[in-house]
Amino acid sequence: MDYKVLGLVAGIEIHQQLDTAEKLFCHCPTTLREIPEHNGEFFRYLRATVSEMGEIDRAALEEMKHHRKFQYYTYDSTCLVENDEEPPAPINDEALAICLTIGKMFGMVPVPQVHTMRKLVIDGSNTSGFQRTALVAFNGALPNGGEIETICLEEEAAQRVKDEVFSLDRLGIPLIEITTSPCMHTPEDVQKVAEYIGMVLRSTGRVKRGLGTIRQDVNISIANGARVEIKGVQELDLIAEVVKREVQRQQSLLELRAELCSRGASVSHDDDVTDLFRDTQSSVLKKAKKIRALLLKEFAGLVGREIQPERRLGSEMSDYAKKCGVGGIFHTDELPAYGVTEEEVASLRSHIGAGERDCVILVSGAGDKQAMCAIAQVAKRACIAFSDKPVPEETRKMLESGSTAYMRPLPGAARMYPETDVLPVLIDEARWASVTVPELLTVKAERFIKAFGIEKNYALQLAASDKLPLFDRAVKEGIKPKLAAFTLLSTLTELRRDGVDTRKITDAAYLRTLHAVEQEHAAKEAIPEIFRSIAAGSSFEEAISKLAPSVSRGELEAIVRKIIAERSDFIAQKGKAALGPLMGVVMAEVRGSVDGKIVSDILRKEIDAAASSRNS
Amino acid sequence: MAVVKLDSGYNIGVAPGSCRVTGHPEPALGKNTDVEQDHKLPTLSIVSTGGTIASRIDYRTGSVTSQFNANDILIAIPELADIANYRTIPLATILSENMTPAIWQDLARAVHDEIRDGARGIIVTHGTDTMAYSAAALSFMIDTPVPIVFVGSQRSADRPSSDNTMNAVCAAAAATSDLGEVAVVMHATTSDDICSIHRGTRVRKMHTSRRDAFRSLDISPIGEIGYPSRKVTLGPHAVLRETHSLALHDKIEPHCALVQFYPGMSPDLLKAYEGYKGLIIAGTGLGHVSTALIPALGRLITGGTLVVMTSQCMHGRVCDRVYDTGRDLLAAGVIEGGDMLPEAALVKLMWVLANENNREKAAALMQSDLKGECMRRSAYGL
Repeated sequence: MDYKVLGLVAGIEIHQQLDTAEKLFCHCPTTLREIPEHNGEFFRYLRATVSEMGEIDRAALEEMKHHRKFQYYTYDSTCLVENDEEPPAPINDEALAICLTIGKMFGMVPVPQVHTMRKLVIDGSNTSGFQRTALVAFNGALPNGGEIETICLEEEAAQRVKDEVFSLDRLGIPLIEITTSPCMHTPEDVQKVAEYIGMVLRSTGRVKRGLGTIRQDVNISIANGARVEIKGVQELDLIAEVVKREVQRQQSLLELRAELCSRGASVSHDDDVTDLFRDTQSSVLKKAKKIRALLLKEFAGLVGREIQPERRLGSEMSDYAKKCGVGGIFHTDELPAYGVTEEEVASLRSHIGAGERDCVILVSGAGDKQAMCAIAQVAKRACIAFSDKPVPEETRKMLESGSTAYMRPLPGAARMYPETDVLPVLIDEARWASVTVPELLTVKAERFIKAFGIEKNYALQLAASDKLPLFDRAVKEGIKPKLAAFTLLSTLTELRRDGVDTRKITDAAYLRTLHAVEQEHAAKEAIPEIFRSIAAGSSFEEAISKLAPSVSRGELEAIVRKIIAERSDFIAQKGKAALGPLMGVVMAEVRGSVDGKIVSDILRKEIDAAASSRNS
Repeated sequence: MAVVKLDSGYNIGVAPGSCRVTGHPEPALGKNTDVEQDHKLPTLSIVSTGGTIASRIDYRTGSVTSQFNANDILIAIPELADIANYRTIPLATILSENMTPAIWQDLARAVHDEIRDGARGIIVTHGTDTMAYSAAALSFMIDTPVPIVFVGSQRSADRPSSDNTMNAVCAAAAATSDLGEVAVVMHATTSDDICSIHRGTRVRKMHTSRRDAFRSLDISPIGEIGYPSRKVTLGPHAVLRETHSLALHDKIEPHCALVQFYPGMSPDLLKAYEGYKGLIIAGTGLGHVSTALIPALGRLITGGTLVVMTSQCMHGRVCDRVYDTGRDLLAAGVIEGGDMLPEAALVKLMWVLANENNREKAAALMQSDLKGECMRRSAYGL
């Protein structure tokens, strides 16, 4: 696909949690908790408020279509600020400092005075109904020639437990938001830029790691399409796929429009059809208090047409309807199904006056008001489909596969309101000058490759590892860099995956073990067993004496000779090829206490000797 | 620093010399949609002392907007239109820490006139800091046949999570209920589930910021309002509608003070109150000050100041007959203030001294229960 011809323009926003001691506007720790640990609950209603310009944001209005009650879980690690029961503390200076560092790394200009704003978000994820955010720096550069437009320091939202229940442990963790200009033109560009920014962020050593600590929002449009913001892409590998699928969706919507227009499609009337389904077997319709139908003239076959894997125009209509609190919609392109019979479809079509080329939408609600609200939403989406702008500007959420679902209209500037409870912070020249820039991980890795001869893969891992200071110390103490790196990155990781509690292996135990190997008191091969033993509670001395009893060269030679003597037939048969199998036998005997290379040297010599004595 | 609003909606501060004013935008005119009021519903009067219920920041001035009319309130809180129709009286636009006894008098007169003119109930919007003082003041200054409900918000009205909406809706429900006394209606819990109705003379702000900061002390709330049901439940001790006939007693003696005793407090400090008509002491425990302070108090009393002892414990009753210091205080002429809250006692003292010149009678009034402020029995624990 030629994305240049399609006019693909994309930009990204990267949201990365910062690894600070305290939250952005209170003094709670930034640790995540398990849901069963919550020690209290409360609930609130949120209402859209007007901006200081006197307007209500369109995204907020959409969230207000039905009255929503939000429930929140509190912890012994959250406080009244998260509960929206106490004014915020001054902005966390540690978090601001990290933002300034990152700003400097991208060659940005800091804002002379940082003002905290309230960004209206009334989906329940913030107890206050807004997310506090401050613009910290702007005008940065990317290596591909693109631009970092802004860096903002924001508070993380509460984690959704399910439906309208939220957990407050995450709320308020500092988050850096990095926004690029719309400077990318292929799906791969987008992925590459996201990877680069991620690497820069990790280079500070001050960002949180692990799933959910970084999220990408992608802004995409194609020629004749519209800007769509896709929120919450957590896996970097999916970014290119998300972009591809959005391009496909916008193209499909443009094609749908052409077909609808050529057919002369229109949105006709709607009606109460509750009585038609009085005896229905459909479990959804059976529960409904009110069922309404909407006639879409000349829409047949198009509501059910796929516009993106697993997504149809009908899915878009359904998402719009859900804003009124209904579970979704049925449409005649997919009926009879879901317990709705052919007879019921026929009577529905005849009742509303639908011809073969028309599509009928069914909405079931808890009451007339809800059903009417949902029908109005579906009608709105249907009209958009054949309008001059068939791709609506939207905020969408990523589904697991990389397809997306509608969330709300794109918000405007009306959602911003000054946070009157937080004083502005001056970034003067002296402060900006004092910001130091850390070495990039890629540069650091390059240095490790050159200086220590470590493989690129390990070098990159090592550069990003929080164990780097321990590695430096080991090398300084004379441990071979390869051994130190391999043990830190590979051995410890494998043990951890195996369920070994590697936190019990102290830095001192790690260093003493490596020294023992370097001094040939223990074999490299014994390291995992020594660590296992220490993790299980042994002291370093116990582990070494148990797993690496010192064996003198003389003792080793005696052991080797004894083994060879017991297996003389095997050696006669295999000759030099006996070396491999016998290595295992000797290593088992000395329980890994001798380096494999020494064993193989002696073994080879003794096999040769045995062979020559037989020949002589 | 000059504050610049960017197209994205973000504000930043820049040095004044680094930017240039190129023009002024047209002032944004508020959209004036008139909200229709249902005149079949009861009429409530909303008296505003500082618009916490429907306020928002005015970006042009950086201050809170002072416009206040029924229309603004109904636009901000549409649910109110289902409960009543409203008359609005913008009495003052002050932060409640700037409240004065003189404004209490204006407030009492305005409320009195509204009741006289047929209001079915009164809602007074008020900053929360001194709301309890004002509620106590109106309790003494007006005998009311209808509910006079004080309401405010702990979390500013310009946030989606503000308690203003629910508090206002519950206040309107209480103001149309069978209640017949001065009350404070605010959140009962941190959740948006229930508002408590507190007696104006027994309520205290017990938290700086929480929604449920207002508590009735030594008494259970006189009622509650469910939300969103708006169901009002009154306790057996609530004074009911039409129990009292309307009367205004708007005299007040401002030369009264409240002083909190602390260990090591210098007797010299009390000299500042010489010439005062009345002084409330918030003493320790059962109602004590140090022995060193007693002669100074004695001099004040001899000089004509009525001195009343309350306790900084907030809960419980003063008793100056248990320990020596207490007995010395009584001997010096200090009046025991029963179980009155120090703030309510101060307001009552101002009112009593303006209405009763006879010192003995005034002292007796201070120890009588006028509006539920001074209970004969200590029936309720912490």
